[in-house]
Amino acid sequence: MRIDDHPILGTFEKGRKVSFVFDDEAMEGFEGEPIAVALRSNGVKIHRYTKRRNEPRGIFCAIGRCTDCIMVVDGTPNVRTCVEPLKEGSVIQTQVGAGPDVARN
Amino acid sequence: MRRCEMISVGAGPAGLAAAIEAARNGVEVLVFDENDRAGGQLFKQIHKFFGSEEHHAKERGFNIGYGFLEEAEKLGVVVSLSSAAMGIYENRTMNVLIRGRIEQVRAEKILIATGASENMIPFPGWTLPGIIGAGAAQTIANIHGIKPGENLLMVGSGNVGLVVAYQMLQAGCQVSAIIDAAPRIGGYEVHAAKVARYGVPFFMSHTITEAAGGKWVESATISQVDKEWKPIPGTEKKFELDTVCIAVGLNPMTQLLDMLGCKMVPVPSLGGRVPAHDLGQETSIPGIYVAGDTSGIEEASTAIIEGRIAGLAIARSLGYIDDSSFLEQRDRQLKSMVGLRSGSHGEARKIAKEYINAVMKG
Repeated sequence: MRIDDHPILGTFEKGRKVSFVFDDEAMEGFEGEPIAVALRSNGVKIHRYTKRRNEPRGIFCAIGRCTDCIMVVDGTPNVRTCVEPLKEGSVIQTQVGAGPDVARN
Repeated sequence: MRRCEMISVGAGPAGLAAAIEAARNGVEVLVFDENDRAGGQLFKQIHKFFGSEEHHAKERGFNIGYGFLEEAEKLGVVVSLSSAAMGIYENRTMNVLIRGRIEQVRAEKILIATGASENMIPFPGWTLPGIIGAGAAQTIANIHGIKPGENLLMVGSGNVGLVVAYQMLQAGCQVSAIIDAAPRIGGYEVHAAKVARYGVPFFMSHTITEAAGGKWVESATISQVDKEWKPIPGTEKKFELDTVCIAVGLNPMTQLLDMLGCKMVPVPSLGGRVPAHDLGQETSIPGIYVAGDTSGIEEASTAIIEGRIAGLAIARSLGYIDDSSFLEQRDRQLKSMVGLRSGSHGEARKIAKEYINAVMKG
């Protein structure tokens, strides 16, 4: 999934390797890269399920505009994972509907 | 309240070019951008620009970006990143969300260079994970260094569709096809030829009619369309894939201009509703300027020139340069625009821009 040797860009500058947890599974990514990128490089495609129809959603715009990729990050729901930097030890969960402890109306 | 002479909302090619030009002439400039890095889309553009040397021909987008950032810094331009403009009010006052804190800022002149957002077309299955904007594919591959998928279909043959399809090939993805509902390729021949050399098939007069899959996209069906752009039954082709990129045009991000009640003009060839503006890039609201895609969808090279003109006009209106110096410099910029707004693709944009300038005059 990661591009090792790009014909124009060569190698990509990344932060140090850090571990994080996605839905109880231990994963590795690079510090500072968007959470969505770290997840994608670990093969994760589904970020959340919609509130009414329970439909899967993933990355769509990748620039923090559409909010399709929101997830629960360290307990906070609705975090735009395509622009949220990955931190060491982050706990990331698939968001179901409005997420935990949020009024559903 | 923080005060300064000029604010640019947006640190893309238009905003940075304006900031540089204004600062060079003595204006104190503050640039806000909601992203955590400056340069707008320039850092995602890994292809070489064309045109002449003054348009950065043969330079790749990201190198142009680095040059701008260096120049802006040298001139003392302050670039505030992760800073989202939330609102703009009377007397050129703005609320800006800077890393979780709201700050009020006021400027003598404000340039709105917020760029554009992508158009989308809905079709059955379009919300499945794996169906993404072409801009997302470009960001994921060229900035973050991962493949958006292994095998993709590009919907749209404009320059974005062509360029991003080629970039996906460079990233090591397979491109099943490029399709477009129009009968002809929308973008430049140079870009189309690069993809065609890789053997990517083009299906013109075709649209995507369905995407299917369990929890992410696994296949896409395309159909030929008739003269009324309606799918023709029996012409379906199905591709097995894991990614569909949508590149069906851009529209100007004009929310801040709408808040101010700027005069807007519907111009389809520039991407939709665009703000009326004069030859100095000033809108119907005095002191509010526009440049780049916000003032009508064009290209990075035209955005840079519009930005420079806006920067010069602001320097003049603040008294840093006199009228004759402004006119001489502006006309030099307009002259360099001629080549960019000509030919099969540029002519329509030139006419549209002249129309917008005429609307401004009333």
